[in-house]
Amino acid sequence: MNLDFSPEELAFRDEVRAFIAENYPAQLRGKQDEGGDLSKEDFLSWHKVLAKKGWIAPAWPVEYGGPGWTATQRYIWSEETARADCIRIMPFGITMVGPVIYTFGTPEQKARFLPRILSGEDWWCQGYSEPGSGSDLASLRTRAVLSEDGSHYIVNGQKTWTTMAQHADWGFFLVRTNPDAKQQEGISFLLIDMKTPGITVRPIITLGGEHEVNEVFLEDVKVPVENRVYEENKGWTCAKFLLAHERTGIAGVAASKRGIERVRSIASSEMDGDRPLLANPFFRRKVAELEMDLTALEFTELRTLAGEAAGRGPGPESSVLKIKGSEIQQRITELALEAAGHYGAPYFRGFGEGDNEHPIGPDWAHHTAPSYFNMRKTTIYGGSNEIQRNIIAKMVLGL
Amino acid sequence: MDLSFTETQDMLRDTLSRFLADTYDFETRKKMLERPEGRDPGIWRALATELGILSAPFTEEQGGLGGGPLENLIVMEELGKVIAIEPYLQTAVIGGGALKAAGGAMADALIPGIIGGDVIFAFAYAEPKGRYDLARIETTARKDGAGYVLNGHKAVVYAAPWATHLLVTARTGGSGNERGGVELFVVDTKSAGVTRRDYPTVDGFQASEVYFENVAVPGEALLPGGMDLIEQVVDEATMAVCAEGQGAGRQLHELTLAYTKERKQFGQPIGRFQALQFRLADMMIEAEQVASMTLMGTLKLDLPAEQRKAAVSLAKAKVSKSLRFIGQNAVQTHGGIGITVELAAGHYFKRLTMIESQFGPADWHLERYEALTLPA
Repeated sequence: MNLDFSPEELAFRDEVRAFIAENYPAQLRGKQDEGGDLSKEDFLSWHKVLAKKGWIAPAWPVEYGGPGWTATQRYIWSEETARADCIRIMPFGITMVGPVIYTFGTPEQKARFLPRILSGEDWWCQGYSEPGSGSDLASLRTRAVLSEDGSHYIVNGQKTWTTMAQHADWGFFLVRTNPDAKQQEGISFLLIDMKTPGITVRPIITLGGEHEVNEVFLEDVKVPVENRVYEENKGWTCAKFLLAHERTGIAGVAASKRGIERVRSIASSEMDGDRPLLANPFFRRKVAELEMDLTALEFTELRTLAGEAAGRGPGPESSVLKIKGSEIQQRITELALEAAGHYGAPYFRGFGEGDNEHPIGPDWAHHTAPSYFNMRKTTIYGGSNEIQRNIIAKMVLGL
Repeated sequence: MDLSFTETQDMLRDTLSRFLADTYDFETRKKMLERPEGRDPGIWRALATELGILSAPFTEEQGGLGGGPLENLIVMEELGKVIAIEPYLQTAVIGGGALKAAGGAMADALIPGIIGGDVIFAFAYAEPKGRYDLARIETTARKDGAGYVLNGHKAVVYAAPWATHLLVTARTGGSGNERGGVELFVVDTKSAGVTRRDYPTVDGFQASEVYFENVAVPGEALLPGGMDLIEQVVDEATMAVCAEGQGAGRQLHELTLAYTKERKQFGQPIGRFQALQFRLADMMIEAEQVASMTLMGTLKLDLPAEQRKAAVSLAKAKVSKSLRFIGQNAVQTHGGIGITVELAAGHYFKRLTMIESQFGPADWHLERYEALTLPA
């Protein structure tokens, strides 16, 4: 057992570093520095660079277009992209529906959807939650009825919290196909073209002023039966698989390292009286404890990955990663907002057309409050942290 | 990067865990504690001669298995699972670690004795007023010809009543908490001028206040290395008690979990209540983090001193906090029976509580971490 990188792994790290340095889109870097909102094109610009290189889906099997990296290489990759402050890759295609399709899909579905997920041609969204079905996801009521000739479903209902649906070409939806069966046993997993007539997407604005999430209304939406993944009424199997997948990625260790780095650097230049904020004993203790908990999370993830490589998991233990990872992400934004002091308050709406006045307060402070507000989502989404504790209690502890 | 144990390491764990399952159940342990010497020396003898466990951290040239910190982790974790009161930490990790690092005639003379089970160490480093600062000591070692003469009072020396040798920190110069002048000495417990006041500790061990009054030791009693060596040895020991805490903490979680499945109130097992399910889940999360930090700190013991210290302090701070959480919540979940000596749970709680502050509690380690990694 050791933590050292082998010469091959070190060479890989250098290769990754050089690739990012040469290929990370310059206009993206500029926008990130200004703290502006990122457009669909911004997200896709980096996605397409990685797709061309064959690095867009680090965890996918080689036969479906993954790069065939070891767990250590994937670790290096996430470290390096965070270190270089690269934007995240939208998870809905690559880490969510992609693995469901290559695990449960038909050969035709794999051939049709996987290459377009990799290339970025299709932008995906997730139709899970409903107004009446949040934590109790299996109670969902969006109804899909098979046509008499068996060629298509007619879908009616409403989904909510649908992230980035305003950009989406496709969505993966959980729908009820058998209202008489036990809750989990009457659900199917459908892939729906978002341009199908009958679909309406309406924005929901969150506390930081962002338009990230939406309501999606489905009214007599016609979905070909070949767009159902896995068997009818077995969609819950896909949903559970996807949730476990989502939870390991959700730890966000590398990005949180970068976040703490940012807080450290802000707090070493911001003054608190005649000393840097980082010398304030209370503030520095919070930074130290955050680093302590992040290190614990990092090694919990490394242990999980090592277990996976040895053929175990990712099982319900990934709930631990979700709980701790989300709490840490929130604490980072909390500290950044504390560091901003008075200048957490001014509401920065972004640079409008022809704006040339410098915004109020230090540049780094503009987004501290919106980020803090926004990140409250992390302990709620992906199965709230209370649901994760239920999973641990039932699946791991047998209670 | 590779986070898997070798086959040899797995075998070491299996051998020890099977032996302890046969010899260290709760009732047997209770009888050991009631003996006049407060332990069963036969167990130590068996660990040495039947199992060969005490050779785990020594090199093959020294007659050992060629292991190191990971082997100590395994042994300490298994000992922790049964809250064993064996002096492995003091003898193999601390005494053995110091001798291994210092080398020389003293190491050649004593390591075979450790491996064979004849040499038992106790670590006399703490003093009544020094708290956790290893350099804040008043015990002196005055140069006298080729040797030294020791004077002073060492506090709460675990395993001293059982020890054949003491590893003693003393000043050959300097004062206060200056690093310069602090040295490490090996002292035979039967040396003239060494007196002890023995007592049991709350967690089942035996310890002593040890007094040195003009104790003459030869020149080779000084293991060269000063504070650098002392800090290295204590960092290794710190990770070893983290591993012990990992074993004991997990076991206590298991015991508590089993209890919530048996104990009925309001007509159902109390484990059906979500308040307790969440608590048990949180205890598991803490136990997992203890394992993660123990592994992290142990794997970083071979880094340069500053990085090693930062890693060990981060690990111990987390382990201390998590073990407190596990211990207190185990007692709360057991209810009244948890605060009696009847059940094993309470005894695990007591040992975990002492591990929390052994070699420094969370606050002390966070402060050391901050001093090393954050600008003043």
